Amino acid sequence: MGVQTEVVSATEKRSTLIARLHEVQEREGYLPAVEIAAIAKEMGMSAAQVMGVATFYNHFRLRPPGKHSIKVCDGTACHVKGSNKLLDRIEAELNIQPGESTEDGMFTLHVVACLGACSMAPAMVIDDDVHGRVSPRQLKRILNSYRRRQ
Amino acid sequence: MSDNKQIIFYVGSGTCGLAAGAQAVWDTLLEEVKRRGLNAVAKKVGCMGLCEREPMVDVRLPGSVRVSFGNVDVKGLRRILDSYVENGVIPGELLLGTALGEPDYEAVVEPEPNGQAKLVKVPNMMELPFMSKQCRRVLANCGRIDPESIEEYIAAGGYDALRKAIGQTPQWVVDEVTRSGLRGRGGAGFPTGRKWSTALEQEDTQKYIICNADEGDPGAFMDRGLLEGDPHRVLEGIVIGGYAIGANKGYMYVRAEYPLAIERIEKALEQMRAKRLLGENILGSGFNFDIEIKMGAGAFVCGEETALMASIEGGRGVPRPKPPFPAVKGLWGHPTIINNVETFANVPDIIAKGAEWFASVGTEKSKGTKVFSLTGKVRNSGLIEVPMGITLQEIIFDLGGGIVDNGTFKAAQIGGPSGGCLPAALLSTSIDYDSLIQAGAMMGSGGLVVMDNHTCMVEVARYFLSFTKTESCGRCTPCREGTTRLYELLERVLTPQRVVDAEIERIPAELRSLMGARRHIEAEEFIGEIYELAGVIKDTAACQLGATTPNPILSTLRHFESEYRAHLMDQICPAGACKQFLTYTIDASLCQGCGLCKAECPSNAISGEKKEVHVIDQELCSHCGNCVDACAFGAISGLSVKMELVG
Amino acid sequence: MAVTNTAALAANGQIKSRKLVNITVDGHEYQVGADQTLLEGLREAGIKVPTLCNWQGLHPAGACRVCVVELEGARTLVASCTQPIVDGMVVRTQTPRVRLARKINLELQLANHPEDCFYCQRNNNCELQTLAAEYGVERRYRGKRKQALNDVTSYALMRDPEKCILCQRCVTTCADVQAVACITPLKRGFDTTIGVAFGEGIGDSECVNCGQCTKVCPTGALVERDDLAKVYTALADPTKYVVAQIAPAVRVSLAQEFGMSPGADFTGKLVAGLKLVGFTKVFDTNYAADLTIMEEAAELVGRVKNNGPFPLVTSCCPAWIKFAEQYYPDHLENLSSCKSPQMMMGAVLHSEYAKKTEATRDGTFVVSMMPCTAKKWEMNKVSEGDVDVVLTTRELVRMLKREQINLAELEPVSFDPVFGASTWAPAIFGVSGGVAEAAIRTAYQMVTGEELPVPDFTPVRGLEGVKTTVVDVNGVQLRSAVISGLQNVRDFFAQGGWEDYHFIEVMACPGGCINGGGQPYSEHWPLRRLMESLYGIDKNMSWRRSHENPEIVDLYEQYLGAPNSEKAHHLLHRSYVDRSMDYLPQ
Ligand SMILES: Cc1cc2nc3c(=O)[nH]c(=O)nc-3n(C[C@H](O)[C@H](O)[C@H](O)COP(=O)(O)O)c2cc1C
Ligand code: SF4
Ligand code: SF4
Ligand code: SF4
Ligand code: SF4
Ligand code: SF4
Ligand code: SF4
Ligand code: SF4
Ligand code: SF4
Ligand code: FES
Ligand code: FES
Ligand code: FES
Repeated sequence: MGVQTEVVSATEKRSTLIARLHEVQEREGYLPAVEIAAIAKEMGMSAAQVMGVATFYNHFRLRPPGKHSIKVCDGTACHVKGSNKLLDRIEAELNIQPGESTEDGMFTLHVVACLGACSMAPAMVIDDDVHGRVSPRQLKRILNSYRRRQ
Repeated sequence: MSDNKQIIFYVGSGTCGLAAGAQAVWDTLLEEVKRRGLNAVAKKVGCMGLCEREPMVDVRLPGSVRVSFGNVDVKGLRRILDSYVENGVIPGELLLGTALGEPDYEAVVEPEPNGQAKLVKVPNMMELPFMSKQCRRVLANCGRIDPESIEEYIAAGGYDALRKAIGQTPQWVVDEVTRSGLRGRGGAGFPTGRKWSTALEQEDTQKYIICNADEGDPGAFMDRGLLEGDPHRVLEGIVIGGYAIGANKGYMYVRAEYPLAIERIEKALEQMRAKRLLGENILGSGFNFDIEIKMGAGAFVCGEETALMASIEGGRGVPRPKPPFPAVKGLWGHPTIINNVETFANVPDIIAKGAEWFASVGTEKSKGTKVFSLTGKVRNSGLIEVPMGITLQEIIFDLGGGIVDNGTFKAAQIGGPSGGCLPAALLSTSIDYDSLIQAGAMMGSGGLVVMDNHTCMVEVARYFLSFTKTESCGRCTPCREGTTRLYELLERVLTPQRVVDAEIERIPAELRSLMGARRHIEAEEFIGEIYELAGVIKDTAACQLGATTPNPILSTLRHFESEYRAHLMDQICPAGACKQFLTYTIDASLCQGCGLCKAECPSNAISGEKKEVHVIDQELCSHCGNCVDACAFGAISGLSVKMELVG
Repeated sequence: MAVTNTAALAANGQIKSRKLVNITVDGHEYQVGADQTLLEGLREAGIKVPTLCNWQGLHPAGACRVCVVELEGARTLVASCTQPIVDGMVVRTQTPRVRLARKINLELQLANHPEDCFYCQRNNNCELQTLAAEYGVERRYRGKRKQALNDVTSYALMRDPEKCILCQRCVTTCADVQAVACITPLKRGFDTTIGVAFGEGIGDSECVNCGQCTKVCPTGALVERDDLAKVYTALADPTKYVVAQIAPAVRVSLAQEFGMSPGADFTGKLVAGLKLVGFTKVFDTNYAADLTIMEEAAELVGRVKNNGPFPLVTSCCPAWIKFAEQYYPDHLENLSSCKSPQMMMGAVLHSEYAKKTEATRDGTFVVSMMPCTAKKWEMNKVSEGDVDVVLTTRELVRMLKREQINLAELEPVSFDPVFGASTWAPAIFGVSGGVAEAAIRTAYQMVTGEELPVPDFTPVRGLEGVKTTVVDVNGVQLRSAVISGLQNVRDFFAQGGWEDYHFIEVMACPGGCINGGGQPYSEHWPLRRLMESLYGIDKNMSWRRSHENPEIVDLYEQYLGAPNSEKAHHLLHRSYVDRSMDYLPQ
């Protein structure tokens, strides 16, 4: 029957939840279950509620990602300029579906809606690099450059 | 600031520029400046909007005007350095003109058409077709000033408006905004002054103001451009808004996919605090106000204002019932105003230059300008700011330079996934809130995607639906379940009901026409079903995301119903875009027997010996289209073959 | 946001909003209360509006969209459950547009729902099924359907996510009413599911098994674990001596299930019915409740003598116990060490009772008829063989109907005596405050040797979430509190000052066991009627204090000696464990 003296108001604390999740994911690459439990405690929420928030947003991952993250844009502009072809190629090349990681743990593939580089469509972002006007043919070269980078 | 002996380089470093390789240009520039021992400074600037010509670099030689270059890759940069910087000769193929706001100027440009280098007049960039019909107000500073320098913003007249506003009463500020006729740029076009006035009337000591920078509309990047290129303009607008409604706290809700914008805002906020433009007792007026950045995490629905508030509060981005409206009961139950980035960016000018100045451009009910991101199958894609009332025709053909690859215009999708498609017949539609609604689309936040004759409109509708379907928050039945079913109905339109030639042969002729008739009736029923379901979703969805989800279908049905029928009845895709409807064949007269297509075919549908003509087995072909790309001789094509059942 | 039970329960009585508004519905004018939703107003006016996600007293989700109506001036239909009522509203509830919208929204729900009615616990008692029939659904949208495994991890509940219509009632109940929030919506859009944070299912979570969520679920997605098969197996086993015990709340909750007016006392009829089913003996759990009171009152008197530790907190509600073990592990010493009445009863039946009858210890098979799902968990995780099966009121009704027994038609029969004469014991334990009242009566007597001067101890009666009282016991100001609903419990302890109480009764279910998680389904559960019925039974008893119960007197005299004796401790008391880390990931 613990009486917790609240320093910061509960609502204020809760409003930092998404920022906290970003922070953990930035550090760990994903949201480990122990961290979710710890954040829940800190926020005065149930772990399930934190999980509910974490799984609502596209950005958060519950499993460790590959070394490099590939985000292929399927926004309108990219779609019209053939992003599905690009995606098909990546899927074939890496043998994974969106949301999955390659067996060697090198790449994780995501499909996102609009990277904000629409005029360079089709666009994709690998790690923090934006690649614009990617033709399926260039793809191998680009991927290899990351493979070499390790 | 630099002394006048220095060369100044400006490198366009928006996301778009970076995607085009601006980082490599920047790195090379720093190296070269050092290597060549130039007395120079380099600045990163935001987006000039001319994405098609990225990466862009401006150069101001000492005592000269600022000249803009486009398509500057690393090689191009070296050429600029060799030719212009070292010798004063402008490389003509890279030249865009003198930079925005600069005078014309005489210089040696080469190569000249007649091969002789001589002094010619270099016109201002504004004279480029892409620029000439624009009216750059909120974008005025973008690509011109260093977005990371508050001094440059102030030198361009920044924060005068805030000073002026604080000298007046909040009611005066609200009235001025009301008089200007400014309507929200985030989509619905609600009069901003009216919204602020409601919030001002609320008696609550705690009020909030939120800038909606979630920009989730796929294919739109106006807000990103503004925030990366001129963050102070937006922030000044927010502070003025906060003062006007009596808020002491502002939030900037930015999507996580915009790291550069976030970085720029963070820097700008620090600079503002240092200059007492933010924090306690702003400019000595007794007005306290601060702004906090809240990052989104990838959910389109969080652009909806009540979902956005739920997200700020740390919850799932699930919209809440309205009423109560945020202006009455918003964040944590307190009066809250939410406006779009561009809406706020319009505010400083309205205050500084007056409501009349603002209203001098635009139509009767839609004042001012609107920023669009013009993309798709248009020659000049990019960020444009046009006066309200301009026609679609002018945007696409004058600014946009028409359709790429000699295609023909088919439709423009305006208003994003909640908007609609406008066909060629509606090209003369005036770009203003009410005309667009009347035409069956909506202004939206500024996404404008151009489609050509190779775009399948059913596929476009399916695309938008697949987007909204995955972005549904999942709270209410019509949106969560209904959009999935609607999507599946569209998928069925897009799935060929194939009868192989051999089978058709076997069907007696009279039965064939019967089958055709049945397909006809089914198609009618089918379209009726789509209308009915779309209607109920619109009528019962709990928020605007769900309620507008059927719009792309309804508007494509309205203008392109024949394309739906063609898929359903004739089993063809008139645009030739849906690969699954195409029949892939090899032209024997062109085939060289190289075998490349065979190697690329995932279905082992292609056979043929080396150096002999290859053939495609139609029963095995999975319609992937790989072989078309693979063949270097153009021997393979995919054609829409109408299924002749009727008659 | 937090919907207090007090409000929820007050709503159960008569709402009389003082301010009134005029609305026009389907062409007729009505005057209804202001400050409520349009749905509430329409219902007040006697107009039927279908709902799947709204639930009286819970924060509305606005999710199902079958409550939509036409509102003049609105572009689209509006959901009446989230629409505030406004004076002068003109509403249409039965137009073709409204009917079509409701029908299609139901069809959309069904499109993502298994066609499993025959095999479903809720068959013939399902809100979705009923509305589907009423609205004449016809079209089957074919397409993708959510697929998920049944969640069988819990001893108390079963979940079939495929039947879930995402109405959120369970989520809101678990979070706002019970302050546990172990189930929550996960993911979004079409993929949204209700789930727990870690592990396979509810059994791996902090769920306290109160079952409040099952009471509000409109479908078969979230139900009590059905243990009827075990009972039938035992009944068919000649080596088993199958006996039943009946909790107080059960007996007043059956009448409406058999077409009688709610709240009627069906005690005797139920005993008769269970005999027909084949139970050898049928006992009254109140017997054990009296035992509990004896033990608990003795504990209280002991603590008064030794000056603490205070407060002494009741332990008869297993949902509350798990809650305490999870969230207040530092204060387990405050919990009374008494087993819950059903466990005490089982312990006595398996030991002293078995000795004196033809049954053997192992042959005795005790089936508890409880309003409660948490008792299922308790039986499995804590009771160590005291009880063999726990059935909820709902399962009990299913069993009786399966046996074609109509309780309404049966002649009442008395309970079987545990020892001595056949008796009827007080029944007030079924309602929040009942344990406290009984314990105070007995403790008062133990300390002063006199009866508590007031026979009806009204300060602890009623349906409020928190009730407090002070009694002068020989100069000691005995302060006690009665709390029900776990959100109220959390608030009470968070607010501080709880250390000043001597005795606290906690019941997890708002209003106590008569509102238990295993009780029959009803949005308008007649709590007040049931409560009054229980107090009515109490009033008519020949004795009203546990220490006067002749059977109890008998048991102590013959077997246990005195309350809190070593023997009593061995049989009737238990210990607690810290569960605060049990559900955390490693
Ligand atoms: C699904 C959905 C997404 C939205 N996304 C955005 C957005 O990304 N940016 C924005 O400014 N407004 C967006 N809106 C509109 C906002 O809800 C809101 O109307 C707007 O921010 C108000 O600002 P304004 O009056 O300045 O336009 C969205 C609305 C909906 C329904
Ligand atoms: S319409 Fe869609 S996004 Fe809006 S509340 Fe309903 S499910 Fe959520
Ligand atoms: S379209 Fe694809 S499957 Fe068909 S022949 Fe060409 S490569 Fe093979
Ligand atoms: S790739 Fe072209 S040329 Fe080569 S075999 Fe195929 S069809 Fe013939
Ligand atoms: S939940 Fe209702 S509709 Fe669904 S299977 Fe069970 S009885 Fe049928
Ligand atoms: S109602 Fe229909 S489906 Fe159900 S059992 Fe009867 S005939 Fe069969
Ligand atoms: S039984 Fe109680 S604690 Fe468990 S999920 Fe249901 S409401 Fe929550
Ligand atoms: S489990 Fe039941 S109460 Fe919970 S959301 Fe699903 S249908 Fe509603
Ligand atoms: S209050 Fe009663 S019914 Fe509810 S969990 Fe506790 S013991 Fe069970
Ligand atoms: S649509 Fe691909 S970057 Fe915008
Ligand atoms: S040039 Fe910046 S958005 Fe394209
Ligand atoms: S009852 Fe109103 S939306 Fe479900």
